[in-house]
Amino acid sequence: MAQTLLPSAFAELEELAQTWCLPTERERWNQRLASSMAEMREFYDAFFPRLEEAVEYCDKFSLDDLPEDVVNLLHLIYSLVMVAMAIEIFGQPKPTDSADAVLDRVGAPVP
Amino acid sequence: MARWPKPAEGSWTEHYPQLGTGPISFRDSTAPEFYELEREAIFKRAWLNVGRVEDLPRAGSYFTKEIEAARASVIVVKGKDEVIRAFYNVCRHRGNKLVWNDLPHDETKGTCRQFTCKYHGWRYSLEGALTFVQQEPEFFDLDTADYGLRAVHCDVWNGFIFINLDEQPRQNLREFLGPMVTGLDGYPFGKLTERYDFVAHNNSNWKIFADAFQEYYHVPSLHPQQVPSAVRDPNAGFECAHFQIDGPHRVVSTAGTRCWLMPPEYMYPIERATRSGLVGPWRTPDMGELPAGLNPGGIEPWGISNFQIFPNLEILIYGGWYLLYRYWPTSHNTHRFEAYTAFHPARSVHERIEHEVAAVVLKEFALQDAGMLGGTQAALETGIVDEFPLSDQEILVRHLHKEVVEWVEQYQRETQPAGV
Repeated sequence: MAQTLLPSAFAELEELAQTWCLPTERERWNQRLASSMAEMREFYDAFFPRLEEAVEYCDKFSLDDLPEDVVNLLHLIYSLVMVAMAIEIFGQPKPTDSADAVLDRVGAPVP
Repeated sequence: MARWPKPAEGSWTEHYPQLGTGPISFRDSTAPEFYELEREAIFKRAWLNVGRVEDLPRAGSYFTKEIEAARASVIVVKGKDEVIRAFYNVCRHRGNKLVWNDLPHDETKGTCRQFTCKYHGWRYSLEGALTFVQQEPEFFDLDTADYGLRAVHCDVWNGFIFINLDEQPRQNLREFLGPMVTGLDGYPFGKLTERYDFVAHNNSNWKIFADAFQEYYHVPSLHPQQVPSAVRDPNAGFECAHFQIDGPHRVVSTAGTRCWLMPPEYMYPIERATRSGLVGPWRTPDMGELPAGLNPGGIEPWGISNFQIFPNLEILIYGGWYLLYRYWPTSHNTHRFEAYTAFHPARSVHERIEHEVAAVVLKEFALQDAGMLGGTQAALETGIVDEFPLSDQEILVRHLHKEVVEWVEQYQRETQPAGV
């Protein structure tokens, strides 16, 4: 198995983190559009029940000084937000009726 | 039934009788000849917002702005005296584009002590003066004082940097913005500096996209997913609480919801879990006393005020954060769309996540709006139909198109010989 990404309290999510631990919105968006609903459902069902716990875990640290495994967990939370749009709201990977529209995020705070 | 009172005339539209109530034409959004007129009449005459003071944090900070509609590239820079100035991005020697990075048509930004032309090494100060000419004695009667960068009118309102490409602007910036927009004087935009920036290249006239964000009549039809399906009313309409017009500018306010007071089924699980969503973070830090002009209709409970500042700027203010859109025409049927969300700087990871959620949700629904553009533009360009009825909820669409046509007609009156 590849290098461990997440804090040990979230070890059960390691395998999904290999796919979904993505630092930029562009990568998270592309991963969403490249995934089947079944793949996203698997990630969502595994992580959503622990989302609030994960947010609390990250929140124990200062935003300016997050350990690497916590940054990874935060990126996994961001991916869950991205996937929730498809799972909860649209029932498909892309926003309904967005046709050929593209909107690139070109700037955002880090992390 | 109506939830919000209309003006005494019976409708918002009739409250402004100059607007009329008949069907309107969208030829102003399809005709290449009209676009050529718009470039001169509007984009070379109106004040245009190109950035925020936070984009220029220190002396020597600069960015370039491509304004295709005016065939201009502009350098905006903070001088050693901390004054923000704008210049045409043209070297006075042989006309090379002065400031660019990898490709001349790409915008760039950075910090420098002076500007140096890539071509022959002429240098200009941050204040625009020509300070160095290579082999100056080889030139003939060259007075460097005559060859500073060509200035562009530049002014700042409440931290928003505006330029005006007219030789002599007809109004100063405050006069142009007028009392309704400057009613936002004192709104603490400068505290909301955590930004998520977006850009899109859309296949429609710039006004067609602006129209999508100045009426909410389309919301139940195009964005039904804004309400979870279990509680969605298939016959729901949308009624805005207040419309106002002042000169070429517009505002619409809607009532607000206190998300944390709503039954949970009205929220998606991700919204409940993160306490953020379509209307942004559910709770935002106290911003102190806010100007009355933020809510010009005195709506309670207030939700948002969406200021449409002529020609191509929208500032949409929520409780404790705001969105900004700019529509830059690149041809009669294409435009570049710039957008950002701006929040107070996150003080915790949880607040950062709230901002991420709001930025993600915004993109989802903006893509639905943008998804309409190609079809609308193509259908309008067939010319089959050119009388389009607008409802009272679409008063601001009516006003934008009327205003654009009037600016063009004014320009034509001034530039065409009188009588025939």
